[in-house]
Amino acid sequence: MGLMQRFSTIFKAKANKALDRAEDPRETLDYSYQRQLEMLTKVRRGVADVATSRKRVELQVNQLQAQSDKLTEQAKKAISMNREDLAREALTRKSGLQGQMTDLQQQQAQLQGEEEKLTLASQRLQAKVESFRTRKETIKATYTAAEAQTRINEAFSGISEEMGDVGMAIQRAEDKTQQMQARAGAIDELIASGALDDASAIGGGDDISRELEAMSSHSDVESELAALKSGTAPAIEPGDASGGTTASAEAATQPEQEGQS
Amino acid sequence: MIVRIMAEGQLEIPDDQLDHLNELDAELEKAVSTGDEAGFRQAMSALLDAVRSCGTALADDALVDSDFIMPPADASLAEVRELLSSSDEGLIPG
Repeated sequence: MGLMQRFSTIFKAKANKALDRAEDPRETLDYSYQRQLEMLTKVRRGVADVATSRKRVELQVNQLQAQSDKLTEQAKKAISMNREDLAREALTRKSGLQGQMTDLQQQQAQLQGEEEKLTLASQRLQAKVESFRTRKETIKATYTAAEAQTRINEAFSGISEEMGDVGMAIQRAEDKTQQMQARAGAIDELIASGALDDASAIGGGDDISRELEAMSSHSDVESELAALKSGTAPAIEPGDASGGTTASAEAATQPEQEGQS
Repeated sequence: MIVRIMAEGQLEIPDDQLDHLNELDAELEKAVSTGDEAGFRQAMSALLDAVRSCGTALADDALVDSDFIMPPADASLAEVRELLSSSDEGLIPG
């Protein structure tokens, strides 16, 4: 076979090279078994690492989703106030978040896939290591060093190949997770810096919210003014939007207001 | 015969499938040697499909060498070329 044959030859050569042979072949069994247990620990740690990355990405997806929902609310509010420009701005920001969310969701799916693969690899390796241990004990109990070699070669069949396979699977998973962590880190920084919060936090540094609020208080002021002009006018500077809240609070206490508003 | 798909495990394949798999493998090798990305993806998935559909998974505790080994299903063309050309390092970490 062409490619599969070449690939097998290269892979097996490497897998065998990774096995150091001890003087007494029976010692090789114990040594290899230790290596197998180490690899098992490594693959389990690999599963845990990938799971941690996946959870981090999930958290980010949720954060972005919450921000995206807020922007939708803001757009609705802006439309109800006839401010299409503000609604457009909110939706534009939302679509910016959408791109990042799609990217994160793809990462999430990939990490999920890696996690499942490594979990299965860990189960396979565990079963093989256990199988190896049984054979190892039999060989040590039954055969002399001189007799053991053939049996040992048989025992090594499959396990060194599996070790090589699992080793490479962990390496690839680590490489992929690292790339994603770099991107996840950038998004964490973006969230921490408030660049995303600003676009959506109600009453915070968010310019859309600020403008919507300013508009609300401005229209409150206008309606109060209109009411006051038609009745007994208290001394309020017209157009003073910043004093709007105070003005309406004061206005509400005026008894003359009641019947006319 | 036994085929290992890396990162997935080993499968037992009926010997009468050998010719068919050989053809698909030849396609894959051709795509890899010419650096044909689209051809590589196509040949790779055709070979994977064939191996998976006619193969039976070995028991987890089986300790047997594979007759043939396939790269991981999601390996890129560049990765496969690198694996094939690497002689001393890279494949088995640690």
